[in-house]
Amino acid sequence: MTVTATTTTAPPAERVLMEGSEALARAAIAAGCRFFAGYPMTPFTEVLEHCARLLPEAGGVCINAESELEAVGMAWGALSTGARAATGSTGQGLSLMQESFSEITLAELPLVIFNMARGQQDYFQATRGGGHGDYRHIVLAPQDVREGVEHVQLAFHLADKWRNPVLVYGDYLLAHTQEAISIEPMAFPELPKKDWAVDGSQTGSGQSRGVTPLGVAKTGQPAMGQEGKAQYIATKIPLMEREVRFEQGFCDDAETIVVAFGSPAKFVKYAINELRDAGHRIGYLRPITIWPFPYAALAEVAAGPNVKRIGSFELSAGQLVEDVRIGVAGRAPVTYIGGVSTDQSGFGVGRLLDVEAITDRILALHEDRELPPIPGYEQFSYQLQEHQK
Amino acid sequence: MTIIDTSSAPTVPARKVESLKPDLLLTQEHHMCPGCGEPLAVRQFLECIEELDVAARTIAVAGIGCYTSFAGTMDVDLVQALHGRAPSVATGVKRMLPDSLVFTLQGDGDMVNEGLQEVLHTAARGEKVTCILLNNGVFGETGGHMTATSVIGQRTKNTLDGRDAEYHGYPILIGDLIAQLQGASYVARGSVHNAGSVARTRKMFKRAFESQLRGEGFTFVEVLTMCPTGWFVPTADGPDYMQETLGEVHIMGELKVDGRVRTTDELHAENVAKQREVDEQLARGGIEK
Repeated sequence: MTVTATTTTAPPAERVLMEGSEALARAAIAAGCRFFAGYPMTPFTEVLEHCARLLPEAGGVCINAESELEAVGMAWGALSTGARAATGSTGQGLSLMQESFSEITLAELPLVIFNMARGQQDYFQATRGGGHGDYRHIVLAPQDVREGVEHVQLAFHLADKWRNPVLVYGDYLLAHTQEAISIEPMAFPELPKKDWAVDGSQTGSGQSRGVTPLGVAKTGQPAMGQEGKAQYIATKIPLMEREVRFEQGFCDDAETIVVAFGSPAKFVKYAINELRDAGHRIGYLRPITIWPFPYAALAEVAAGPNVKRIGSFELSAGQLVEDVRIGVAGRAPVTYIGGVSTDQSGFGVGRLLDVEAITDRILALHEDRELPPIPGYEQFSYQLQEHQK
Repeated sequence: MTIIDTSSAPTVPARKVESLKPDLLLTQEHHMCPGCGEPLAVRQFLECIEELDVAARTIAVAGIGCYTSFAGTMDVDLVQALHGRAPSVATGVKRMLPDSLVFTLQGDGDMVNEGLQEVLHTAARGEKVTCILLNNGVFGETGGHMTATSVIGQRTKNTLDGRDAEYHGYPILIGDLIAQLQGASYVARGSVHNAGSVARTRKMFKRAFESQLRGEGFTFVEVLTMCPTGWFVPTADGPDYMQETLGEVHIMGELKVDGRVRTTDELHAENVAKQREVDEQLARGGIEK
């Protein structure tokens, strides 16, 4: 199934130059988000700032929560009334929210999470979840602001469609890049009325409702129990896998295929375009959803007639590469060609977010050479200690 | 709530009332231990909601503890929150539905241990919700362990020789803390260990809800409840034990009304004076009306 992220209608009439964080906030409002709560942390702060200004104008509420715990709790309450609501942070702040993420998923609340990550070291957190129990979140990873605007709107739709949280994996680059864009509300198929939401109107009627992760029900109404609830969620997970989205390029005759996601994928695509022009048979596969991961699509391209090697480019110590290995399943050797790439402030825009450095690594993989070192990082290499030998 | 017409003679003979349950309970049955004070407290606030005629716009947010089982038996639109997080969830509900009556139901472990900052920030923000604390000074559900409100000397499963201030620290008087916050409009501490206290607590619930409905600010009602199981005392001893332990530290009364804050010491002095007056009247032959 080849699905691209582009589901918008006609090209926008008027474009304005806008910073990514403002564009994401405006996209959320265009999607009907009326509640937002967050705790400042760069580069999520910028999204929160724009929501604080824009949401009240749109008749909504934005609360500068006292911690990430409060932020996610407030969103939980707003969602329970049937409103479209969102929260977010960086990976660090999302670590604090994990308990709620687990239980919100069990309560089947359509939370949208803005993960303005500091780089790509939160891939496992986003795709595996750091919370307890069996759950998955749909994770959209936009490559740029224009796609981010679409992904935010798609996130609200998918969250309601599946009654499951959806996370948008952004980063510093997405928050701060200015692009000429237009934010038009996207059209999606109609969804069922939220008759599960609480508004107080059924209190005292004998038919009151409960929004709960516990599998309990009101006296006299059928209850799943914890056992049934766990089974119910477990069987929903594989059904959500049909939301897989990806993009591929130059794979048909490729000898080398590089997998990358998010902002760095745009750099990778640029590099591969240049390398193609220079005659190198290199292709790419970009997961647009990192959960569900496009395993089947990767397996298909990895089985291509000329494929000799697969590379995983990511700005982490090697997280995406594990999904790449699962997808490739031994059809070709898989090499991690990414690297930790943070900066002095820890915002995740380090030395490897550079098209020349990326080109060097892809070409080294393609020519079966050793990967070039990341300049300046040698001094930080961990050396085996005496007692560890 | 049924209102009995007393303007004319009854048309049917007197009969035994089959059920004493409030209309906002789906069943009279509950899962609490014998001697537990929580059902008494739940009944009081449910009947207040009926009296105020605001049931059809009332939403509850339940924390995690023994009382969580009332989430299923209360005929109230309800959101189940995580341990400690109910005040934030209630914030989200109320902000989306400003005309509703929103209350949380939490215990001392939930509110004062796990979620202390949640309730304090919600109060400081002046969120127009009512947080209800059922305070029995122990984790009842886990089997009787110390909480942040356990009093000095109180024996629990992990303070076998009694809570020692040097080793375990001091109890938090949560009502007193909240009363200090500008966003709080009404703060009271009641109990359910005797009929008089139940009646006073009922008035507190009503005043808190009325203040919320008038949009005055954050409202808070703490209720001291018996937990003979978690205290390891005979069921019938629960009320007296409560009065002698928790009741001596977490002093009952209205801690904040119309912006005026009263400290625990002031409440204590008032309560002592009242008791002295009652004792004197009794010595003279009976309570004066």
